Amino acid sequence: MNGAQDLGGMHGFGPVVPEPETEPNFHAPWERRAFGVTLAMGATGSWTLDASRHARESLPPAEYLASSYYEIWTKGLERLVLAAGLVGADELAAGRSLRPGARLSRMLSAEAVPAALARGGPTERETSAPPRFAVGDRVRTIVTNPAGHTRLPRYARGKTGTIEIAHGAHVFPDTNAHGGGEAPQHLYTVRFTGSELWGEGADPTLSVSIDAWERYLHGA
Amino acid sequence: MKALESILVEKGYVEPAAIDALIDTYETKVGPRNGARVVARAWNDPAFRAALETDATAAIASMGFVGRQGEHMVAVFNTPEEHHLVVCTLCSCYPWPVLGLPPTWYKSAPYRSRAVMEPRAVLTDFGVSLPETTAIRVWDSTAEIRYLVVPMRPEGTEGWDEARLADLVTRDSMIGAGLARSPEEAAP
Repeated sequence: MNGAQDLGGMHGFGPVVPEPETEPNFHAPWERRAFGVTLAMGATGSWTLDASRHARESLPPAEYLASSYYEIWTKGLERLVLAAGLVGADELAAGRSLRPGARLSRMLSAEAVPAALARGGPTERETSAPPRFAVGDRVRTIVTNPAGHTRLPRYARGKTGTIEIAHGAHVFPDTNAHGGGEAPQHLYTVRFTGSELWGEGADPTLSVSIDAWERYLHGA
Repeated sequence: MKALESILVEKGYVEPAAIDALIDTYETKVGPRNGARVVARAWNDPAFRAALETDATAAIASMGFVGRQGEHMVAVFNTPEEHHLVVCTLCSCYPWPVLGLPPTWYKSAPYRSRAVMEPRAVLTDFGVSLPETTAIRVWDSTAEIRYLVVPMRPEGTEGWDEARLADLVTRDSMIGAGLARSPEEAAP
């Protein structure tokens, strides 16, 4: 979707403010909890990683931009538990549980945390479909404005670039975010020149790559 | 957040001890010192560097750094001709097993909006100025591939062992927003 999360190439946000390397990960105790609770709920398998990204990214743009990073996570988690029917709107309003919980197929115990993190969530999948493109091929990205989830940023739509790396088949977020299944397809790193993306005034030495699923690409 | 957490705990969906363990992992166990060890080894060990170029996921796993948000790794190597910079314009994708959780600036609108369009100006915000002749290569992490920048080895470090070299490798240098420290900068 063309949401506020798709920030590449926007103006007006001001300078980057670096942080010392000693800066802690979390800047308030509630941020710690927002992180831990989001991961623990994710581990219940009630939604996919792509669905959780979409829940955050589909916040109204003004709200997204006005929220801190972990506020966005918290709001995304509220949307996910509501949509999954795990928590009622009345319970969020009351700030406490009003009914017994649903039965979840999985729950993350403290003992299982190291193994779960070590396992992670690989997205590469076997496929019998041969790749349509090879390293070095010229490709053009599609022009699309889907209302649902996509990982093709606006700045890289309708642009011509070169396949730089072929990664095998990976889970397709555009379907997986919406209960449409993993629909694995080939994933490629596609490299564009700065002038292809930004036109006049682009840094002549710049190139930018994105990782693009086959469905995002035409031969060029 | 507190209310949401208590609802989820009361309903039996999450275990507070598991939440504590998740937080503790990234506050005390997994962070950019992991990546610094990978880089230092790549500087000192040509066979490891070659392995990192061929299959970064396997090479990094051989040092014990695996898992969430590092399932599919690619290492990119800075040279005098080419400087790499990593961003996630859409969210905050970042290689957790080697770098830990991203700093606030990496997740911020200024970095995400500008890194793909005017990376030299972004580098200036970090006090980094590259020669005009150094090409800039930006990697926008739009899928589950995670990128680790191997910065250039600082001059004057011939014969240093990996532990000493790792002290020169900063978090920012492994994103491409900084350079590795020189021996003078690292001197106490």
